[in-house]
Amino acid sequence: MADAAIHGHEHHDQRGFFTRWFMSTNHKDIGILYLFVAGAVGFISVAFTVYMRMELMHPGVQYMCADGWRFFGGMGGETCAPNGHLWNVMITYHGVLMMFFVVIPALFGGFGNYFMPLQIGAPDMAFPRMNNLSFWLYVAGTCLGIASLLAPGGNGQLGSGVGWVLYPPLSTSEAGMSMDLAIFAVHVSGASSILGAINMITTFLNMRAPGMTLFKVPLFAWSIFVTAWLILLALPVLAGAITMLLTDRNFGTTFFQPSGGGDPILYQHILWFFGHPEVYIIILPGFGIISHVIATFSRKPVFGYLPMVWALIAIGVLGFVVWAHHMYTVGLSLTQQSYFMMATMVIAVPTGVKIFSWIATMWGGSIEFKTPMLWAFGFLFLFTVGGVTGIVLSQAGVDRAYHDTYYVVAHFHYVMSLGAVFCIFAGIYFYFPKMSGRMYPEWAGKLHFWMMFIGANLTFFPQHFLGRQGMPRRYIDYPDAFATWNYVSSWGAFLSFASFLFFIGVIFYSLARGPRATAANPWNEYADTLEWTLPSPPPEHTFEQLPKREDWDKHPAH
Amino acid sequence: MAHEKNHDYHILNPSIWPLLGSVAGFVMLFGAVLFFHGSGPWVLLIGFVGVAYTMFGWWSETVAENQAGDHTPVVRIGLRYGFILFIMSEVMFFVAWFWSFFKHALYPMGPDSPAKDGVWPPAGIETFDPFHLPLINTLILLCSGCAATWAHHALVHGNKRDEIKQGLTLAVVLGIFFTILQIYEYGHAAFGFSGNIYGANFFMATGFHGFHVLVGTIFLFICLMRTYRGHFTPENHVGFEAAAWYWHFVDVVWLFLFAAVYIWGG
Repeated sequence: MADAAIHGHEHHDQRGFFTRWFMSTNHKDIGILYLFVAGAVGFISVAFTVYMRMELMHPGVQYMCADGWRFFGGMGGETCAPNGHLWNVMITYHGVLMMFFVVIPALFGGFGNYFMPLQIGAPDMAFPRMNNLSFWLYVAGTCLGIASLLAPGGNGQLGSGVGWVLYPPLSTSEAGMSMDLAIFAVHVSGASSILGAINMITTFLNMRAPGMTLFKVPLFAWSIFVTAWLILLALPVLAGAITMLLTDRNFGTTFFQPSGGGDPILYQHILWFFGHPEVYIIILPGFGIISHVIATFSRKPVFGYLPMVWALIAIGVLGFVVWAHHMYTVGLSLTQQSYFMMATMVIAVPTGVKIFSWIATMWGGSIEFKTPMLWAFGFLFLFTVGGVTGIVLSQAGVDRAYHDTYYVVAHFHYVMSLGAVFCIFAGIYFYFPKMSGRMYPEWAGKLHFWMMFIGANLTFFPQHFLGRQGMPRRYIDYPDAFATWNYVSSWGAFLSFASFLFFIGVIFYSLARGPRATAANPWNEYADTLEWTLPSPPPEHTFEQLPKREDWDKHPAH
Repeated sequence: MAHEKNHDYHILNPSIWPLLGSVAGFVMLFGAVLFFHGSGPWVLLIGFVGVAYTMFGWWSETVAENQAGDHTPVVRIGLRYGFILFIMSEVMFFVAWFWSFFKHALYPMGPDSPAKDGVWPPAGIETFDPFHLPLINTLILLCSGCAATWAHHALVHGNKRDEIKQGLTLAVVLGIFFTILQIYEYGHAAFGFSGNIYGANFFMATGFHGFHVLVGTIFLFICLMRTYRGHFTPENHVGFEAAAWYWHFVDVVWLFLFAAVYIWGG
């Protein structure tokens, strides 16, 4: 192995390639596998969005034609009959892949696996072999998802065009194998996440370093712990809902079929009972990463550790009781709407505590604008914008106008595509020297940030305007009145995509040619959690001698 | 310091089971979809055999590790945490089915819904008499739970091998009785699985419970076999404990099904 040499002669890594990467029981290797596969799936999913933004760049349909997809529109002047199914397939798989196969695996599977055990000083996960089952089930789920994309589906074409939420009656009537494969893909990815959650919770509860009481645990490990609870309690409910879809489709049950006494709205309730915790599952580990990045590059301990922990817990708990704010227009009673509106707005309180504490951490700090800090800054701005539009949307009355418009698309991309993805990038640049033992070129990381930051804002900010003008989401075409901002939005998407390609180049260049960064801590003394006491990259087995209290307890005051 | 651990946690060697199980799982589910759409069941069956083989091989290895002394007290605590968390996720899985049941039973859909609710049970559905076979089944399952607890006590207090065997055998036999009676009941249902919401809710909820009874019975049977081989000690019997917890969980789900679906919803 190439990096066995770094570890020094006292410890030779004697595992073969297959043993190390296919039969792994090592939380660090599994974390790396998660990150790479999530990156690859992310690339597919982002490529879909580029194709969608190409189509939406100008009014009329130029690329997604009934006689097949094209990449060069309008050149011969031949007519293009719109292929709505292809469009629907694109939005569906973009959503399903991003939700289940990119962001959770990257943040929870990748960073969670790699750094949660390190931060608490555990030698590995509680169930190292099951950890690998989580990873390979994730791969199996991804394969089922891709198979679904390529299998015969609705409208005599390939793939399912039902949207990532898989609402019946569309999902129960969509023909072909594609939809069933998609359901199983979600089942398998759910099983993978649940096993991962069991593992994380057990590790957190049972394997903390001697003396590390719960409120001494670093914030990232806390965020993974809370996320794991959300996964454990929310995903099985989704598994039930999509099992009902499966039997409705294949065995004639009528859970969501009004002609047999069923109710399609029931699916929406059960889905969103999972779906709302899901958005916190996506963002909470990001909160953890951001806390460490901001503290490190402000050269101050994080402000308000205890409120930060309780805010994580509060967000997790509240996430379970607000689900129907996704369903204001289905005919809920006014009482129900009032409740869900109030409960939703309450979430702004713990979220506000977190934003406040991050800003207070920077206040009076000696701020260094290294690449990870730029991403954390970008996250703060974008997540706050997305949070504010979230408060707007949480009002049932206002939501009447905004429901299913581009305003919603802009909102959830600001919190997820920008919030969560900026966290992932912050984490990658923050931990890259630790994981690889090499450094990336600082200018490249900064260029990547500015391209992505400008690109993403250019993509999504105009979508607020489009939504306010009434442009509905999930359509392949639009009237000329929406042309300007769609044009701008498309250029933003192309810029973001270019930044992603550049990022891939930066990563591979840095892995191969980046200068060695073998120091245990490449940042400063405020990166004071346990992973920064280890060599970079860490040896195969870490903490074979459990860490001593003075290794991690830097602020005994709290 | 290489490979010299100074802690009580369990560091495992690389293993092929996770990869094998995931490939088999993929084949099984892909085969299931093919089966749903009219191809033969062969791919499904091959995948299922692979999954079953993985479970057997993997858990045999776990048992062997336990016997080799890898499961130190702290590892046993972790295993217990893990199993309790697994049961919690199972509870949440049943929440989905109860949600569907209560939604339809409390707000039944009729021809004039949502202006005017329908009735529950839906018109034309003849339900089971809860105090007939379902009551007997309830008693059987509760007795089976008692038998498992008896075996557990015999194990913890003095490791009385004979009593453990008797208790577990009784628990397993009663579990099998339950399954047989449930199949008999299914065969005499006056409503179908498809086409009506009552049948969908009833069969999926009790069906998933029945599947869990099957799994729990096998789990207890494995514990019985392990008792014969002398695997358990009063201190170290995580597998037994997990089986007992699982069995009680299955019991409790049944009590909810009996009270809600059979009595109240009938």
